[in-house]
Amino acid sequence: MKETKSLNSYTKGFKDGIPIGLGYLSVSFAFGMMAVNMGLPVWIAVLISMTNLTSAGQFAGIGLITAGAPYIEMALTQLVINLRYALMSLSISQKADQTFSLFHRLLISFGVTDEIFAVATGQPAEIGRRYMYGLITAPYFGWALGTLIGAAASTILPEAMRSALSIAIYGMFIAIIIPPAKHSRPILKVLVISVAISFLLSYAPVLQQLSGGFVIILCALIASGLGAILFPIEEVEKK
Amino acid sequence: MATSQILLYIFIMAGVTYLIRMLPLVIFQQKIENRFVRSFLFYVPYAVLGAMTFPAIFSSTATLWSAMAGTLVAVFLALREKGLLTVALAACLAVYVTEWLLRLV
Repeated sequence: MKETKSLNSYTKGFKDGIPIGLGYLSVSFAFGMMAVNMGLPVWIAVLISMTNLTSAGQFAGIGLITAGAPYIEMALTQLVINLRYALMSLSISQKADQTFSLFHRLLISFGVTDEIFAVATGQPAEIGRRYMYGLITAPYFGWALGTLIGAAASTILPEAMRSALSIAIYGMFIAIIIPPAKHSRPILKVLVISVAISFLLSYAPVLQQLSGGFVIILCALIASGLGAILFPIEEVEKK
Repeated sequence: MATSQILLYIFIMAGVTYLIRMLPLVIFQQKIENRFVRSFLFYVPYAVLGAMTFPAIFSSTATLWSAMAGTLVAVFLALREKGLLTVALAACLAVYVTEWLLRLV
């Protein structure tokens, strides 16, 4: 076992979470607007954001609520759309240092989102619970606040600003994946395979009806599985 | 619809989503030793983020052109290893400027 210093500063986590929080403001703004437009009260929109903290799942959820769908359909839809989080939590569990006791695992798992997972697993060292709490803070309040603003005043941001802000999250993802892919051929290959499958599933007839969450699971399973078979690594913590 | 009914929907949504996130973190308290599983999990973040970014990024903004401009700027700066916030804001700026230019023509 190589000795690695783990990252466990609340302040560092909080700073790393700010870009995520800003990105969430615009996405949750759209969610809040949509929820109110569909006839839900402002406080319900905010309550959903504060208890769910998920984008695709919430958008689908309010559709099901207003349609009066059966409860089982709600449960299954959330399961399929959000199953990718299980993979992310598993990945984070392997990155967590010994400060993650059971109690903190129960709390921290609530804050596992695409972006938080991305930043957490992008760290070179193991991560501690303080870092995770810091990282979750700005996104959590950004998500709730954006929902409130969007629901309360649906026309506060001009359309041009909203359009520009909505690419922020993807810009961040690109900044996370490109540098490692530049330095490691195996990572680059896994990335290319995953993106290729994602394009295929998004545009091919029939296949494009798969839900977004399910597409991500398929891409991750196939590309990472091929990567693990073709380019197994000895020292995973390295890099 | 009755408020109590909406609250039950929200409880189901939140409960299912929480269990999905919580169970793996609580069940896997130990480091996994298996080389295949470790390699697999090492690649997961890149595969997940790649699939979430493409092709979704191209339909994230008002027009395909502005999205392509934002993507190009982001990829260029990421290749030069700039920080997360820099890359994200530069992409936003590229989208804003492109849409402003498109309105002029």
